[in-house]
Amino acid sequence: MFSLLKGMWIVLKHTIRKRETVLYPEEKPIRSPRWRGRIILSRDPDGWERCVACYLCAAACPVDCISLQATQDEHGRRYPEFFRINFSRCIFCGFCEEACPTYAIQLTNDFEMGEYSRHNFIYEKEHLLISGPGKYPDYNFYRVAGISIAGKGKGESENEKPPEDVHSLMP
Amino acid sequence: MATIFIDNVPYHVQDGQNLLSACLSLGFNIPYFCWHPAMHAVGACRMCAVKQFRDESDTRGSIVMSCMTPASDGTRVSIDDDDIREFRAAVIEFLMLNHPHDCPVCDEGGECHLQDMTVLSGHVYRRNRFKKRTYINQNLGPFINHEMNRCIQCYRCVRFYRDYAGGRDFNVFGVHDRIYFGRCSDGTLENEFSGNLVEVCPTGVFTDKTLRKQYTRKWDLQTAPSVCPHCGLGCNTIVGERYGSVRRILNRYNHELNGYFLCDRGRFGYEFVNCDRRIRQLLVKDKSGDSEAFLQPIEKQQALHSLSEIFRSGAPVIGLGSPRASLEANFSLRSLVGPENFYIGISDPEFQMISRIIEVLRNGPAHSPSLREVEQSDAVLILGEDVTNTAPRLALSLRQSVRQKPMEMVDRLKVPRWLDGSVRQIVQENKGPLYIFSPVATRLDDVATKTLQLAPDDIARIGFQIAHEIDPEAPPVSDLTANFRGLAANIAETLKQASVPLVVSGTGCGSIHVINAAANVTRALRSKGKRAGLSYTVPECNSLGLGLIGGGNISDCFQRIMSCSVNTFIVLENDLYRRAEVQITDQILNNCKRLIVIDHIMSRTAEKADIMLPSGTFAETTGSFVNSEGRCQRQFRVIPPTGEIQEAHQWIFDIMTSLQWDTLRHFSDIESIGELLAAEFPVFKPLPEVAPRSSFREFGQKIPRQSHRYSGRTSMLANITVNEPKPPDDPESPLSFSMEGYQGIPPASLIQRFWAPGWNSSQSVNKFQSEINGPLIGGDPGQRLIEPSASGKWSYFTDIPEPYKPQDDLWLMIPKFHVFGSEELSSLGPAISERIPKPYVGINPKDAESLGKQEGEKVAVAGENFSISVPVRIIKSLPRGIMALPVGLFTLDGFTFPQWVRIVRD
Ligand code: SF4
Ligand code: SF4
Ligand code: SF4
Ligand code: SF4
Ligand code: FES
Repeated sequence: MFSLLKGMWIVLKHTIRKRETVLYPEEKPIRSPRWRGRIILSRDPDGWERCVACYLCAAACPVDCISLQATQDEHGRRYPEFFRINFSRCIFCGFCEEACPTYAIQLTNDFEMGEYSRHNFIYEKEHLLISGPGKYPDYNFYRVAGISIAGKGKGESENEKPPEDVHSLMP
Repeated sequence: MATIFIDNVPYHVQDGQNLLSACLSLGFNIPYFCWHPAMHAVGACRMCAVKQFRDESDTRGSIVMSCMTPASDGTRVSIDDDDIREFRAAVIEFLMLNHPHDCPVCDEGGECHLQDMTVLSGHVYRRNRFKKRTYINQNLGPFINHEMNRCIQCYRCVRFYRDYAGGRDFNVFGVHDRIYFGRCSDGTLENEFSGNLVEVCPTGVFTDKTLRKQYTRKWDLQTAPSVCPHCGLGCNTIVGERYGSVRRILNRYNHELNGYFLCDRGRFGYEFVNCDRRIRQLLVKDKSGDSEAFLQPIEKQQALHSLSEIFRSGAPVIGLGSPRASLEANFSLRSLVGPENFYIGISDPEFQMISRIIEVLRNGPAHSPSLREVEQSDAVLILGEDVTNTAPRLALSLRQSVRQKPMEMVDRLKVPRWLDGSVRQIVQENKGPLYIFSPVATRLDDVATKTLQLAPDDIARIGFQIAHEIDPEAPPVSDLTANFRGLAANIAETLKQASVPLVVSGTGCGSIHVINAAANVTRALRSKGKRAGLSYTVPECNSLGLGLIGGGNISDCFQRIMSCSVNTFIVLENDLYRRAEVQITDQILNNCKRLIVIDHIMSRTAEKADIMLPSGTFAETTGSFVNSEGRCQRQFRVIPPTGEIQEAHQWIFDIMTSLQWDTLRHFSDIESIGELLAAEFPVFKPLPEVAPRSSFREFGQKIPRQSHRYSGRTSMLANITVNEPKPPDDPESPLSFSMEGYQGIPPASLIQRFWAPGWNSSQSVNKFQSEINGPLIGGDPGQRLIEPSASGKWSYFTDIPEPYKPQDDLWLMIPKFHVFGSEELSSLGPAISERIPKPYVGINPKDAESLGKQEGEKVAVAGENFSISVPVRIIKSLPRGIMALPVGLFTLDGFTFPQWVRIVRD
């Protein structure tokens, strides 16, 4: 008897509580910055594509929904010739972002991706690439990496000595 | 057998090895860099430390390098002690001090031995705050990319390039901590085995430049075991594919054959598969309208219908086989047209030589050694063969054979053979006997005891005389100069003293006499009780297989076509313009009523076809091949069926189907064809068992071609269809086009990649070997078909040629092979074509002088059926009156060698 009354009391209490649901889509829910929504590819602070086509995101993806092909431009930068995400398969686990050594691939706040046709879930690079650095404003992989690209020769990366003169016999 | 104690547990290991290889053989993980199973130990990297104890009572022990310590009886070590772990972690941290932050853009990443060993040794965070050392890279040519910052100074590369492969244009430079591995200045690496640096270097300093153009990580490559199609040796390879194109070739260890190394033609020659000369569509010649007939696409059903009409019309159809098509394809064609209408797709002289080789190998008594046995020979005689250019990998083995004899000194001093530094100190420049008789200087001359450049007939004569000196029963060469006679006696003596002498010869100088002479020498040695080996090189990957199937002479085939008694001519994967001179071929092809070509490359023959059926390259074909040793091996397709491309035997099967043959199902797949072959030819009896049958399952599962970490499965094709099609079936083999299946170690002939947990690089081969440097687990792939019969009746060849005499007006034209350029398919790839020399005709300097020609000036050469105008190249080593013509470098070749030609004076 008592438990019945207690149950009723709880139900009644809830009828006057503040509502959790919002009137979507008029009102948008608040999402934390680490929300894992629609994936983008970002650019480095100099405006170059950040992705170096290392395939790590593709390897980390548990549903194998990322595919790409690496190629090289005339500056010696490696970049993806194509980069495709099949969002009809993506489970937004964020493993790709975690695997990415260049902060190129990032999950964003956007979750409004409803489509009538599965075909529209196939995002190519032109749909993924944004014009800014996204969540990580500063990082530029090529400033740390040892390989040279146009405008940055050997020994010009962070924490590097100038190239050795191997012909010198001085100790 | 020795008993060693590892962490107090006793293990039995093979005698005479070091602790590192003993532990690896037992399956333990010990990190290492500088030790290489084929090049042994120098103790340079300090990674392989273990703790050794004097005896049971010793509890302190001392740290030693396992690669430098013999695994002798009673050795007690700990491989996983705290001190050891600390020591290794410190060493790897030092090795990584200067390592660049490159992995994401490094082509080694994901198959990097340095990554693996770093993880294995527990080094995780970089503590060093000082600046990193950097280097300028070099451009090393079309094959190899150079990124020196990644080097850990293990010295494997120089030890391979200089000490093992005999290269001279690569070295270590600098002092102190500024050691540099590269060339003196930028430029192409000259050695024919430079590609092995990709696998030898444990880091990303040397990577595959052809892969770089279409870079794919190891885990993303769909891979299958294959056999190199670029020469007669049939080295084992692993082919990697992604998005329908072949991306790279890696070595597939075979204890008996190629071991750990391939040649550059085999490694980089694959690019032809992706080239624009590929035929991917069924084409027919449109003869409607009287304008230029051209090839255009046609429906498959329609084409097959017209093909069956042709067969039904009753007029004879003849077929031409191919030395680069599989046994199954050749046999299917032979069955389709009937044995009496099947012809051998090689020139008559070549057919004669191949038949002779088969005859000699069958009758014995010498047996054809595997490359491993070649390496162990202690005296070698090469007759008429420029091995580096005709069977490159064999040259690398021969280079090791000259180290056999000096090993006696090493043994005498009780130094273990695996202690490479000390061994080289002892051996110095001493080399075992190697005699080379060839028409031109060869790339092996630098390690030869004696070399002599002679005309083919003279080479044969010297060979005959050597045989006579060994066994007086063998016919003597009567009119030999005293000089040569002395030399022959000398060589005979050396060969007699060796314990495993070897004679190498082949089709390379186009002379059957040389082949006979080589047979005589080994026969003489055998009759003296020596374990002599006889190694013949053959030009193409299935030359021997085609020879074993047999068929009519190509000249008879041509005659039948010229006499117009033939309705249709089917050419299987063959370019007639490489088999006979242009004039003849043109005549033949114009005369034949209907030409059907089954091929994968738009060759000059294919351009003339009336119906063109697109077949698969080695990457799209499952089939069996017989190498020059007589070893039959199976290759598996790596590219799933795409578009209209089909394996050649499938096309033939389709034709049979449209003819409604009742014996049909026997030709439906390679396995059934194999059974038929085995039933018809006793020599092919082992064929069905060359590789596991298609019904083979490991724990009920197929062997997957894709790795367990293959990526993009749900996205690769999503731009075409979102409905993720089912992976293609592969009913012909126990391999599947999928990542599902048995991911453990498969039977040796099905090994599709070398990978083991924690071992992502090709160093993981040690997990697939029964012991280090031993056979693969379960025995090496391939079956030897030709063994000398015990009761073989053999006799000496007595047909000794006349000595060669230079002629006043005539030149003896002999073939000159080039590792890059002489082979048809590899030459079509962009990387190899950068290395192909320009056409030339080689003559002796004195001859050039008498002709009044300088290097590079053109001369007009006229033979029986051809005349060409080519620049002169002066070759000092060439005997007078002989003209060397490079094979395969001319747009239209197919010259008959050797032949007498004229130089048209202007
Ligand atoms: S992990 Fe990052 S850099 Fe690498 S391919 Fe993916 S997005 Fe590009
Ligand atoms: S060599 Fe290995 S560890 Fe070094 S950058 Fe390349 S992948 Fe990374
Ligand atoms: S280049 Fe490679 S093989 Fe050569 S020393 Fe450096 S790490 Fe070793
Ligand atoms: S030696 Fe011949 S079979 Fe071996 S890799 Fe080279 S071309 Fe291929
Ligand atoms: S592997 Fe033993 S010291 Fe390098």
